[in-house]
Amino acid sequence: MANLAENAIKTTDTPRFRRGFRFQWEPAQNGHVLLYPEGMVKLNESAGAVLSEIDGQRCVQDIVAALKATFPQAGALEDDVIEFLEHARQQHWIDLT
Amino acid sequence: MTSLTSSSIQHKPASIGPPLWLLAELTYRCPLQCPYCSNPLNFAETANELSTEEWVSVLRQGREMGAAQLGFSGGEPLVRQDLGELIAEARHLGYYSNLITSGLGLTQAKVESFAEAGLDHIQVSFQASDPELNNAVAGSRKAFEQKLAMARAVKEAGYPMVLNFVIHRHNIHQMNDIVALCDRLGADYVELATCQYYGWAFKNREGLMPSRAQLEKAEYEVNQNRARLLDEGSAMKLIFVTPDYYEERPKPCMNGWGSIFLTVAPDGSALPCHSARLLPIDFPNVRDKDLKHIWYDSPGFNHYRGDSWMPEPCQSCDEKEKDFGGCRCQAFLLTGNADNADPVCGKSPHHDRILAARQAADHATAGIEELTYRNAGNSRLFFRS
Repeated sequence: MANLAENAIKTTDTPRFRRGFRFQWEPAQNGHVLLYPEGMVKLNESAGAVLSEIDGQRCVQDIVAALKATFPQAGALEDDVIEFLEHARQQHWIDLT
Repeated sequence: MTSLTSSSIQHKPASIGPPLWLLAELTYRCPLQCPYCSNPLNFAETANELSTEEWVSVLRQGREMGAAQLGFSGGEPLVRQDLGELIAEARHLGYYSNLITSGLGLTQAKVESFAEAGLDHIQVSFQASDPELNNAVAGSRKAFEQKLAMARAVKEAGYPMVLNFVIHRHNIHQMNDIVALCDRLGADYVELATCQYYGWAFKNREGLMPSRAQLEKAEYEVNQNRARLLDEGSAMKLIFVTPDYYEERPKPCMNGWGSIFLTVAPDGSALPCHSARLLPIDFPNVRDKDLKHIWYDSPGFNHYRGDSWMPEPCQSCDEKEKDFGGCRCQAFLLTGNADNADPVCGKSPHHDRILAARQAADHATAGIEELTYRNAGNSRLFFRS
């Protein structure tokens, strides 16, 4: 947790789910969930939209671009996306390289 | 897009929805004899385990209804020769599958083949941080070495590693050693689960329950370790489950009766939690009824839904929607009537039974060898009497 500024997420970083975390659509809950050892988090629509773009290949700026294409009316997305990815990293859902 | 923060994440459904968690207790057979086992005292009376086909049908029905988390537990689930087949079916259906095991009966080859079949996670349980105490509690001379070897195999195969320690008065002084052991093994999560007093643990409560002084020391040590791990940038997470006997308000047991959890016992009994078969309630069996009927329409699952069943002090309590009156099994075990408020609650007229247990824990002197071990011989004594 120390040196948060040094570890700030950069747009060139590539997020991937940590081993043991599975992101999937659940029809019964009408939403995306993140599953992990003996746990499940139901995600809201925007969180689901961001995590849907994580494939371990594309970096943050690619993900932002993809989201902009899907949600053209959403305006500037970069800060929100990075803020959420920071939250996801603090929860140890994702790693960034 | 609105701001994405933790407040945007919902942890539970607003009303009664589908069962999201399915616990498949594949068998009551187990090579260990832990005296705090949550299995029923008369487990040896249960024969006639569900067949592979019957389990596959349960898994399919559960998944269709919306279950996403699946636990394979027991007894020791590795005793079942069809475990690999069930794991593959679970993955095919889209479950996140968890194997809850003692590690006995596990091999490197099984760890690898289960991963290929799609198992998501293996939780290995330990009884203590050293071989002497571990093996004394487990009632098995070789358990500790096997557990260490299997924990390493789980790690090597790339699974997330969850290590579980049931904590009681005989190992509660080992917090620092337990965390150090887990650190060496590279655990991602460490569950330090103080004993919950059901099944064999209720029978052995006086010999297991820590004193308040022991508990406070342990909590202090866990917090110190947490601070150190955070400082070191470690992702290892310590989950300390405190015993509700030292609380003044009851736990929201199972997140509410028939709310999200569905347990299927080895003989096909469907239960709202793995302890519920001790209650004087007729629970349905998956051999007789489909899972949908069982979950939504059976008298057993509807018995304690809502709050119209609640007597005082729960009925007029402004916290009833928060804790649902606590645990029905605990109310039954301690008061003889499962409708009553969980005696953990300071408002319960039976709270003196919790106070008496705390007092007994301050003066307990019994050694481990005086506990009643969970094995078929002792179990038969219970259903004969």
